[in-house]
Amino acid sequence: MFGWSELTPVLPELIILGTACLVLILSLFLSNEKGGLLVMLSIVGIAFAAIATAKSHMGAHDYSKLVLFNGNFVRDYMGDILKIAVYLTMIFVIVYSKQYLRNKKIFKGEFYALALFGMLGIMIMISGNNYITLYLGLELLALSSYALVAYDRENMTSNESAIKYFVLGAIASGMLLYGMSMVYGATGSLQLDAISTQIANTQSSMLLVLGLVFIMVGVAFKLGAAPFHMWVPDVYQGAPTATTLFIASAPKIAAFAFAVRILGQSLDGLFVNWQHIVAVLAMLSIIIGNLFALQQDNIKRLFAYSTISHIGFMLLGFLGGNEGYSASMFYIITYAIMSVAGFGMIIVLSCKGFEAEKISDFKGLNQRNGWFAFMMLLIIASMAGFPPLIGFFSKLYVIKAVVDQGFYVLAGIAVVFAVIGSFYYLRVIKTMYFDESESDQEITAGYDVKSILSFNALLQLALLLFVPSILSFCIKAVELL
Amino acid sequence: MNDWSLLSLLIWLPIVAAFAILALGSQKAGLARLLAIVTSIVTFVISLPLWMHFDKTTASMQFEEKIAWIPSLNINYHLGVDGIAMPLVVLTTFISVLTILSAWKVIKKNVHQFMAAFLMLEAMMIGVFCAQDAILFYVFFEAMLIPMFLIIGIWGGPNRVYATIKFFIYTFFGSVFMLIALIYLYFKGGSFAIADMVAMPLTMKEQVWIFFAFFLAFAVKIPMFPVHTWLPDAHVEAPTAGSVVLAAIMLKIGGYGFLRFSLPILPDASRELATFVIVLSLIAIAYIGLVAMVQKDMKKLIAYSSISHMGFVTLGIFVAFALVMNSGDTNMALEGAMMQMISHGFISAALFLCVGVLYDRMHTRMIRDYGGVINTMPFFGAFFVFFAMSNAGLPGTSGFVGEFMVILSSFQASFWYAFLAAMTLILGAAYSLWMVKRVVFGEVKSEAVSQLNDVNKREGFILAILVIMVLFVGIYPEPLIDVMRASVENLIEQIKIIKV
Repeated sequence: MFGWSELTPVLPELIILGTACLVLILSLFLSNEKGGLLVMLSIVGIAFAAIATAKSHMGAHDYSKLVLFNGNFVRDYMGDILKIAVYLTMIFVIVYSKQYLRNKKIFKGEFYALALFGMLGIMIMISGNNYITLYLGLELLALSSYALVAYDRENMTSNESAIKYFVLGAIASGMLLYGMSMVYGATGSLQLDAISTQIANTQSSMLLVLGLVFIMVGVAFKLGAAPFHMWVPDVYQGAPTATTLFIASAPKIAAFAFAVRILGQSLDGLFVNWQHIVAVLAMLSIIIGNLFALQQDNIKRLFAYSTISHIGFMLLGFLGGNEGYSASMFYIITYAIMSVAGFGMIIVLSCKGFEAEKISDFKGLNQRNGWFAFMMLLIIASMAGFPPLIGFFSKLYVIKAVVDQGFYVLAGIAVVFAVIGSFYYLRVIKTMYFDESESDQEITAGYDVKSILSFNALLQLALLLFVPSILSFCIKAVELL
Repeated sequence: MNDWSLLSLLIWLPIVAAFAILALGSQKAGLARLLAIVTSIVTFVISLPLWMHFDKTTASMQFEEKIAWIPSLNINYHLGVDGIAMPLVVLTTFISVLTILSAWKVIKKNVHQFMAAFLMLEAMMIGVFCAQDAILFYVFFEAMLIPMFLIIGIWGGPNRVYATIKFFIYTFFGSVFMLIALIYLYFKGGSFAIADMVAMPLTMKEQVWIFFAFFLAFAVKIPMFPVHTWLPDAHVEAPTAGSVVLAAIMLKIGGYGFLRFSLPILPDASRELATFVIVLSLIAIAYIGLVAMVQKDMKKLIAYSSISHMGFVTLGIFVAFALVMNSGDTNMALEGAMMQMISHGFISAALFLCVGVLYDRMHTRMIRDYGGVINTMPFFGAFFVFFAMSNAGLPGTSGFVGEFMVILSSFQASFWYAFLAAMTLILGAAYSLWMVKRVVFGEVKSEAVSQLNDVNKREGFILAILVIMVLFVGIYPEPLIDVMRASVENLIEQIKIIKV
């Protein structure tokens, strides 16, 4: 069926799988005090996977795509770029989460094993070339996420949100599968390119469109796009912050890849049909996300609504043709990096027995620690899309791509709501800088976490220099799809 | 000089210094002050060659730098100054030195952050005047909001949070529409370079839409009636140095935006809508002048006076269209607007500094708390009276030049424009002098006033320099007008073009 040579391109996935298993086994034998070893092991595993990806990326001369395992799996330019972004965000996730789990005294090796399995799911979603592979990746990620949300099992809200997440997630998976089966019925294939050619050659049938709608519902749910966003705030708030950190970052990249593979690569012939759905989803997400975020006083919930609006922006890019896909890709990569920094900041500010969950916990941060206030300022300003931070440029590309396609009204609405949204970001800045501090909690985080978080926040500025190269990667990735 | 990358140096030096000051931490306030003043002086000195080596005969961009920044979007790091931008750049570096000096002792909390924010602000403002790429312009235009937001919010008065958020939301809301307009222009022409946008043909309908998008951004910034309400709040709550920069430079960015974007890119829409803008300007000049009259708070009074004076700027800019049609002296209108911007930069800075001097001693800005200040502060009294006079447009001061030129040229357009505008010379004299009368002259009002100390050397130095500038520009404005002549003439050629 397949030769050993086919295993080389999937080496990154194999490394992550191996690391996850190793972490799981080792955690049985290691006491919790020595848990740092597992963290190190996870990071080393990710680093090796990164090397493997880079190597196979360089090895492919013309960056042509490589379809493996009877068309189930694809290694292409976009996948490589997205995976590199995933490695980066996962390293941040792992470093920050250690701090949090230790504080809450719930440090166990399983957390890392689950996160790595989730990451494997992400990588499979990025590289899936077949509906079934994509679905398997998605479910692997989802199952790991359910467990991670319920990870703090003494905590009622954590459990509650896990159940909510699970039930709704299962329904969405059902929808997705149902839709996929309809597409299969209409086209006779599950392979992305085969479906695409089949659609191009036949009249669009009712069955196909119905399948598309079901798939869209499933995708929208997984993305957390309005009106399928209800789970997002509850899960973000209820889950342990270390888990929220994970859910809010790398899986978004996977969700983007998933959406591109399904909408862009297989159902591209139905663009006329799905562009309206995507437009509505994007607009609703931007509007609902920004409006609801205005009245939150829990910062995790605020970030949840802000995620919804960011997802809306990313979806908006899907309307912009090839340029739009690359704009969305750029958007989601930069968003994952800023989102992980935002939750990292919550973790750094939390300390033993105290979780910086309320916006009011950020009061007077500037007096307590001017440096981290400045870092948080960078992160928040980047999320809000103030120039000259990276968040501005990602918004700019999306808007530009959409305007190029003539969707002026959509661009206008998006921009107006971005302005409205800036208000709640401003509120956080205001709280940090203008309000008097209520406690004089020292920041107890270790130097490793502090320095990596600073690096992560400064990336919001530093990436400016790399905007042209990252953007050209994204453009090339979409061209080579 | 091009090898020196003078403009980049002007922008990046304050930014680097700001980061260095931030890194110093809160303990070394003295060092932070020193570093900030040295940086601002060095920046000012570096900006002088701009003036000295400026080629007055050409309207093209000088000291140009152009590096591809984001090639896939055709965004360039493109800097350059012409006769309109260059005086404003030098004004910025000049005023920055004075403001940092004025904040020397007054700011006690988080000195390093204050100084860093200020230097950042300076860099962004220089960047706005130098940017020749629309996105670069927008980046500077917006990035400037964050330091100012913090300056008002951290070091401001009791109601600072409200004021600073209002300031931010107003300006941000205005400017995003400009962004959409810029993207649209890019979509039409494939370039973000301002020069390419100027050359691009646009239909009337497009021009009108884009005009209003730009108008929102710049009118809020200037600010024009009826979107001016953020300014009195921001001024009242801002620390003295913040008010000075806000009045002296940030407001000019709005006027500069009209000259750089609205007029040359959208000549037809600007021509059609000139009357609309002129009416708004006249309302600002007359109505806001009356509002200024009844203020109880000195800073608020000066803030309203700023709005009224900036009305002359927009009046001068848009009256130019009427003059083009009846072949009047268009040069004078635009040069008058520019002169008014520069002069207002000096005078409003000086007035806010004067109020700052009083506030530092008495911790009140209410006019009724003062009276007879001249008895205890004779030097200060002299300064304050002088600046109030120049605010009222006394001949021989810079305040006269710009207003006179604008009024003269609007006379050629319409008698009623000139009549209404000239009215405010009376109003301006009334509110400025009445304030001075109540604050400086009269009986010594209270125990506190009788114990005031006169201006110290630092304050006296700052005010004296401003007196010199105001007098110099007032008596001999020719060098300044000379510098901008070629660019203004070029601009007039651009607004004569009919694009549709």
